[in-house]
Amino acid sequence: MSGRSAAARLEMTAPVSAAQEAAKVLNLGARRSRARRRHRLNILVLRVLVAVVGLGSWELGTRTGFIDPFFFGQPSGIAHQLWVWVTDETSLGPLWLQVLVTFEETVGGFAVGSILGVIFGILLGGNKLLAEVFSIYIKAANAIPRVVLGALFAISLGLDIRAKIATASVLVFFVVFFNAFQGVREVDRNLIANARILGADDRRLTTEVIIPSALSWILASLHISFGLALVGAVVGELFGATAGVGELIYYSEANFNTNGVFAGMVLLAAMALLAEALITSLENRLVRWRPPALGSEIQI
Amino acid sequence: MVPAIRLSSVTKRFLTPSGGVYTALRDLDMAVEQGEFCSVVGPTGCGKSTTLALISGLERPSEGEVLVSGKPVTGVMDGIGYVFQTDAVFPWKTVLDNVAAGPRYHGISNREAHERARDWIARVGLAGFEDRFPYQLSGGMRKRVALAQSLINGPRILLMDEPFSALDVQTRNLMENELLALWSASPTTVVFVTHDLEEAISLSDRVFVITAGPGTVKSDYKVDLPRPRNVAEIRFQAGFTAIYQEIWNDLRDEVLVSYERQKRSGAA
Repeated sequence: MSGRSAAARLEMTAPVSAAQEAAKVLNLGARRSRARRRHRLNILVLRVLVAVVGLGSWELGTRTGFIDPFFFGQPSGIAHQLWVWVTDETSLGPLWLQVLVTFEETVGGFAVGSILGVIFGILLGGNKLLAEVFSIYIKAANAIPRVVLGALFAISLGLDIRAKIATASVLVFFVVFFNAFQGVREVDRNLIANARILGADDRRLTTEVIIPSALSWILASLHISFGLALVGAVVGELFGATAGVGELIYYSEANFNTNGVFAGMVLLAAMALLAEALITSLENRLVRWRPPALGSEIQI
Repeated sequence: MVPAIRLSSVTKRFLTPSGGVYTALRDLDMAVEQGEFCSVVGPTGCGKSTTLALISGLERPSEGEVLVSGKPVTGVMDGIGYVFQTDAVFPWKTVLDNVAAGPRYHGISNREAHERARDWIARVGLAGFEDRFPYQLSGGMRKRVALAQSLINGPRILLMDEPFSALDVQTRNLMENELLALWSASPTTVVFVTHDLEEAISLSDRVFVITAGPGTVKSDYKVDLPRPRNVAEIRFQAGFTAIYQEIWNDLRDEVLVSYERQKRSGAA
């Protein structure tokens, strides 16, 4: 046999004259980008609308006296607080430093926790004996309210960044671990059989079948775990810190500055959204092979 | 000559999740000659797939012996290709990387593996689709990838487990003809599991009928239809109906037994 077989030809669409086809494709391209732009604009408008309604009624509530701004803050007050922090400085020093400190703690904890989670998840997921021996301990450890470990780390590791990284990584570890473990367990038996028939040794089996297969599970867990790493870092700062967004929040709280607390939360949310966007783009690059999610197509 | 495959008094039992013992195969004897194209037919659940798993070395027999080229099977060995019933191409690899997987696992350099893969992709009629991912292909095209993936390793024995059962009739006939063309151009021995007697006769030199589970060989039939064959038209040939009838007489009883059993276990 040579070249393309009859079957492949059958599976392609009927031929149309080249010029006609080119015009159609061009036209389709323009329509596609227009549809996509319109879709994005719609989403943006709706999002802004939600924010305006939400924040507007809050602001209105405080102005009309329904909501006490001393206890519940006020959007304009929060915006003013942020403005002061950005243009002048916070009570703990320049704002960028606080954000940077918390970001470092979060990313550190996220990295340590997820790397350990992936390693242990793959190890235990692939080894029945290890899994049966350790599963009870891991379940027990998972049941502990792990934020209290922050207190332990503050004592044993001191007040610097290590205690916060440890707290954050403990929170991240379990989520990533359970996902990686499950991901390895769910690998299609047929794919493993196929790889072995094709000549893969154990190492290849792990790198070429088990890890890629578990990757979608692992990546899904990373979305949640960055948020948890942020929680860990902020809780870590609660147990003693000299800088950081969490510390800024406690400082504001201690001074009955409700708007300061909210402003700190806004900063944390912004960090989480930024990380989420980074993780999503990483995910899209790594799992290019996955069919697009149901309903994500825009019809034109 | 040593038969390519020999199973002698092979029994295979499995432990069921509820703690019972399920016997898939009992005292199965079977020999396949070098270069032969043989089919295994039988009712559902008769252990056809288990037979292939035993030959491939993915499973070990509970009793009896499995020999490939005269040597006992102790595990997955080189020289065996296996096309699975369900999709087993790697969804995260492109067509090119899927087909190149075998040579790469055998330590051949990336470049040469890709070169050979391109050749095989063209041979199964997928030239131009090298960079696609499996989800972007039709079911028939994925089967072609699976076929190329198996054949690139140059297997002496090709095991096929209802490979075309999920395809529409036209695509299936095309694939069957291409399989025959590829097979006749190489010294490969093929064991083809199917529940479709017509497919079995059209393709094979020999057809084994397996009894309702626990499976054992009930009878085997030589198919003396001339080659090269066109599977889309072979059923119009004079000898086809006669041999179909002969085998079907044998197979029908087993199918009925299996059906009755299913009905009873469904009712219980």
